[in-house]
This record gives sequence, C-alpha cells and structure tokens, in this order.
Amino acid sequence: MNKVSVYGKGLTKSYGKTEALKSVSFSVEKGEIFGFIGPDGAGKTTLFRLLTTLLLPDSGAASIEGLDVVKDYRRLRQILGYMPGRFSLYQDLSVEENLRFFAGIFKVSISDNYHLIADIYEQIAPFAKRRAGKLSGGMKQKLALSCALIHKPEVLILDEPTTGVDAVSRREFWEMLIRLKQSGITILVATPYMDEAILCDRVALIQHGTIMATGSPADIIQTYPHKLFRIKSQNTLQLLRIMRQMPELKSAEMFGEYIHIGSSPNKMNESDIAAFLNQNNIRQFDLEPMEAGIEDCFMHLMKQQSST
Amino acid sequence: MKRFVIKEFLHIFRDIRSMVILFGMPIAQVLLFGFAITNEVKDVRISVIDQSNDQHSLALTQKLYASGYFIDGEDIPSVTLIEEGFRKGVTKMVVVIGPGFASKLATGEKPPVQLIADASDPNTASLITTYASGIISDYSRGLMPGKGLPVISAEPRMLYNPSLKSVYMFVPGIITILLMLVSAMMTSISIAREKELGTMEVLLVSPLKPVEIVAGKVMPYVVLSFINAVTILVLSYFVFDMPVNGSVLLLLAESVLFILLALSLGILISTISNSQQTAMMLSMFALMLPTILLSGFIFPIENMPDVLQWISLIMPPRWFIVIVKSIMLKGTGIAFFWKETLILVAMTVVFLAASVKKFNIRLA
Repeated sequence: MNKVSVYGKGLTKSYGKTEALKSVSFSVEKGEIFGFIGPDGAGKTTLFRLLTTLLLPDSGAASIEGLDVVKDYRRLRQILGYMPGRFSLYQDLSVEENLRFFAGIFKVSISDNYHLIADIYEQIAPFAKRRAGKLSGGMKQKLALSCALIHKPEVLILDEPTTGVDAVSRREFWEMLIRLKQSGITILVATPYMDEAILCDRVALIQHGTIMATGSPADIIQTYPHKLFRIKSQNTLQLLRIMRQMPELKSAEMFGEYIHIGSSPNKMNESDIAAFLNQNNIRQFDLEPMEAGIEDCFMHLMKQQSST
Repeated sequence: MKRFVIKEFLHIFRDIRSMVILFGMPIAQVLLFGFAITNEVKDVRISVIDQSNDQHSLALTQKLYASGYFIDGEDIPSVTLIEEGFRKGVTKMVVVIGPGFASKLATGEKPPVQLIADASDPNTASLITTYASGIISDYSRGLMPGKGLPVISAEPRMLYNPSLKSVYMFVPGIITILLMLVSAMMTSISIAREKELGTMEVLLVSPLKPVEIVAGKVMPYVVLSFINAVTILVLSYFVFDMPVNGSVLLLLAESVLFILLALSLGILISTISNSQQTAMMLSMFALMLPTILLSGFIFPIENMPDVLQWISLIMPPRWFIVIVKSIMLKGTGIAFFWKETLILVAMTVVFLAASVKKFNIRLA
C-alpha cells in the first residue's frame, strides 16, 4: 500500500444548528486522484475548507503530508494548492498578471515551475493580456488551475472545478488532472457530477455530511446489490408511476429519458416486466438489462441512509 | 510583497469609481467648501422702511448699502407687509426707521430704529443684525463726537485669520475628512472586496502572513492619500491664499501619521465586515459622521454637552485638526502640540495592533 497523503478522522463541523459534517473519516494515498462525489449541500466545501485550514473542525482531526490542519496550518499552506468553488482570481487583472501575482505570493518565479503548468497555460497564453473577468468559463478554470499549481504544491485541492463549464472543457480539464497525477501530486477533487467519479482512482460518496461509501469506482459498483434494467417509453412520468406499483421492484429512478429499475437478482426478468407493462396498457417501450453506474449506487445508498 | 503592492495599484487604477473618489473628490470638496459653503456675510438682501425720510435717515440708509454686506432687496412700503416679504423670501432683514429720526437725534433722544430679521436661518440672522447694529451705532457716534456718555469702544483684532475667512477654518477640516475618507473607507472596501469575491480564500491558503496582507493593502493608499493631502494644500494655497505659516515638512509628517491612523481604522472595519457594502456603511457612520460632527471642524467642542465632549476625546480627527490649525495658521512647531501628536501615535499603535490581531487567519 502506498503512503497516506491526506487523512481525516471523525471530522465534525456545524454551522449553528446545521450539521454540515458528521464524523467524516477517510484517507487518501499519495499520488492518487480522490473524488468526493455528492450533490450541493452534501458538505464537500466544508470538508475542503477544513482541509485547507480555512475552518477549524468542531471535533476530529485531519492531516496532510503529516501536517496537522489545525496546529501546522502555516507550514501546510506552503504545500497546498487550492482552487475554491467560486472563481477566485482577480477579474480586473489580466491572465498574465494573475499568474505573476500568485507566483509572487508563494515567492517562486513563473519559470521555476513552468513545466508543471506548461500544457495548461499554453492553451490560454494567447489571451495573456486579456482581463480574467472576460475569459470563458473553461479558460477561467485553466487559469485558476495554473495559479493553484504555480508553486508546485504537493497536494492539490479542487472544489467543484468543473461546475458551470461546458462538456468539452470538462473533459479537457480531467485530462489535465490525469497528467498532473503523473508528476506525483495528490489530487482531491469535489464534484456533483457522477460521471466524473469514474475518472478518479478512488471516490467517497458523500451526502448529508456523511460518507456513504469509499473505494475505487469499480469496487463501489460491485457492491450494488440489485439486478438493473433500463426502460424508456414516450411518457416517462407515466411509466415511472406505473413501474413504482410493480410489487417485486426494489427501485425505480429517473435518469434523463430512461428509468432505471432494480430488482433482487433472479427474481425478475425482462418478460416479467414486459408482461406487467402490457397489463397496464403500455405497449411501446425499450427495455434492456444494464450494468449499474456510480449514480445508481449513490441513489441506492442514499435511500438506505434515509431509511435508517 | 512587491507583487501584492503592484496588484493593489492595478486594482485602483483600473476601477474608475475608486479613481474618481481618490482624485476627483479632494478637488471637488476643496472648491465646494471654499467657494460655495461659506458663512461670511456678503450681499444680503435687506429692505429699509424709512418713516422719517429726512437727511439723517437717508444718510444711514446709504451707509448700510455702502457697507458691502447688504444690497437693496424689494421695497416694502409698510410695516404690515414685512412678514409677507419674509415669506416670499425677497428680503432677509427689514430696517425700520421710525418717524422723526433727525429731530430725535438732534435733541439727544433715543432714535427709534428697529431691525427685524428672518431667523429661519439663525446663523445668518444673528450675523446680519450684528453687522447692521454696528453700522448704525457707528453712524450715531460719528454724528456727536464727545457728546453724551463716554462710549467704551473695544477694538477687536482677529489674530491668525484677520479677515475671518471661512476657508481658513474649512481647509484643515477638509484635509482631515478626506484623509479619513480615502484612507479608511478605501482600504476597508478593498479588503472587504477580497472577501466578497472569494479571493481572500486563496490569499489565506497561501504562505502570506496577516501582516503582509495588511501591509500590501495599506501601502498604495498611504502613497495616494499623501498625494491627496499635498493636492489639497497646493489648491488651498493657490486658489484661496491659505498660508502655511509653520513648517511644511512637519505638516506633511503629521499628515502621514494621520493617514496611518485612518488606514488602521479602515483595516479594523474590514475585519468585521464581509461585504463592500457593509464596509462602506460602517466607514460612513463610524468615521465620517463623527469626523464632521464631533471633531470641532464645524461645531465648537467647547459648546457641546459634557458627554459629547468626552466622546470627542477619542475622535482622532479632533487632535489632527488642532495640529493642522497650529501649523498652518499659528505657525507653531512640535513643542506646542506634542501632546496631540503623541495621542495620534498611541491611537495608531492600538488600532494597528488590534487589526492585525483581529485579522482572521481563517474564514469566519
């Protein structure tokens, strides 16, 4: 097993009466991409603010590269690269000026670590003189990433880096992260997009301030207990209403134009479902078995969480 | 650090609003206070109701108009129409000269002259009645030298401001207000902006120490405020003939001290406000109003109720105004206001220490 880079144990944080984090524990190995996957309000940002020394935990402890987030915050801030959820660069400064400023406050020169950001920065270099506020969403993220990397951090913490960014830029962004990983940087990334989970080495599914499951995406999918079908018809809502009345069913969730239905293995097959639909006067539909994805696991775990 | 200061300058120069506040306001304020807002009496419209119409009453009327303080307002034919005149606003004061003015003067009787002023503006009313009665008694004295009771005439001499120019009073006040405004408000806003836009989060997760962030924020404003102070002095010297009787160097040094004080107040304000709006409101209410009202700039401290006098003791502008007046008007040196200077130094140290200590190394 690799060396542990980031480690949290029993992290708890409340804002007044709202418990944002309830005893969260996890560990991230050196050099891996670790994703915290969960919807808005799950506690991802609070967790990252604890790790980046911006907030103090009510209880529990965390360390990064052996440095305690409370006691050693000053040394820790030297080795962290942090990209907050909101675009946090100076909109009235140009691309170049932003980069120079962030190099300056970390007391490095741009040329020292340029190799680290070269392939990211080159994409925005043609706009070096443009004000950061006038960049597109994707370019802003590239600039923010460049600024977070310019001091060669050992751990990179990215809070929803791809929120509000178009699909192409999102994919490019992840390709950059995977390249960065090769230079040995540990990367923690929070995202509400389930499809990004698969790109992480390991993920933690987080909801209502607790981690529901941790593991590699494949491991998590393995734990999904049901047999899964997906089904589509002209009237999705009507289909969902009818499917939920089927007695043997374990779950029926809407995923875009499809409905994913889960049953206990070997309890139900395609012809059973077709027969049930025919009984309910739905004759036109596409039905096929499928493999579970992270989102199915998430929905399943979420239901389990709320029923206990 | 160097990068930080460069960045701050860029922020300021690229924001038209802050440029206007920084450089437009001082000039506008000096000119406004100097030209428009003045409590000197000049060309006030008055009316004379002359019921004697003799040689002396006419001469007195002439004398009033010749003084330069008054000009001829609308003619008011009868005493019963005085109030109407005030209500219409055509006159500020009515001089009623009763019947038989010349004959009563000749017999040594008290000649009947009444001054009726529109005191809806009390300052002006009391000023113009004073001026008018001065002219009238002057006239009567001129008529009968040596006659009647010996008149004690005290000859006032106004030192340091012989012609009682209000500019002399306003310039020290404006310097104080502007340095306070620019330094405190602008820094508090610029720090609050970093919080509001989320850039503070990134600054905090960097090896910068609070002292460095604060110093980087403050430095550009020290320079700009200093330029401002110089601008005001130059303007008031050339436009209003405001002298600097004492040492210019000392004046500038004291200004830098006051700028530092105002800046540390600004930082303190920004540590308790999370948005630019709050920072601005706080600076306005916590700094501007007390500066204007309790510093002795407009209202004399000696006339305030005891409680307000005590409060004014902790108002930094109060002490700075004393210093500025001493240097500019009296031409005195540090020996005469070392106490005030010391108070400012102490306040600066306290505020700076408090703001660096209060400066959050974390969020919330």
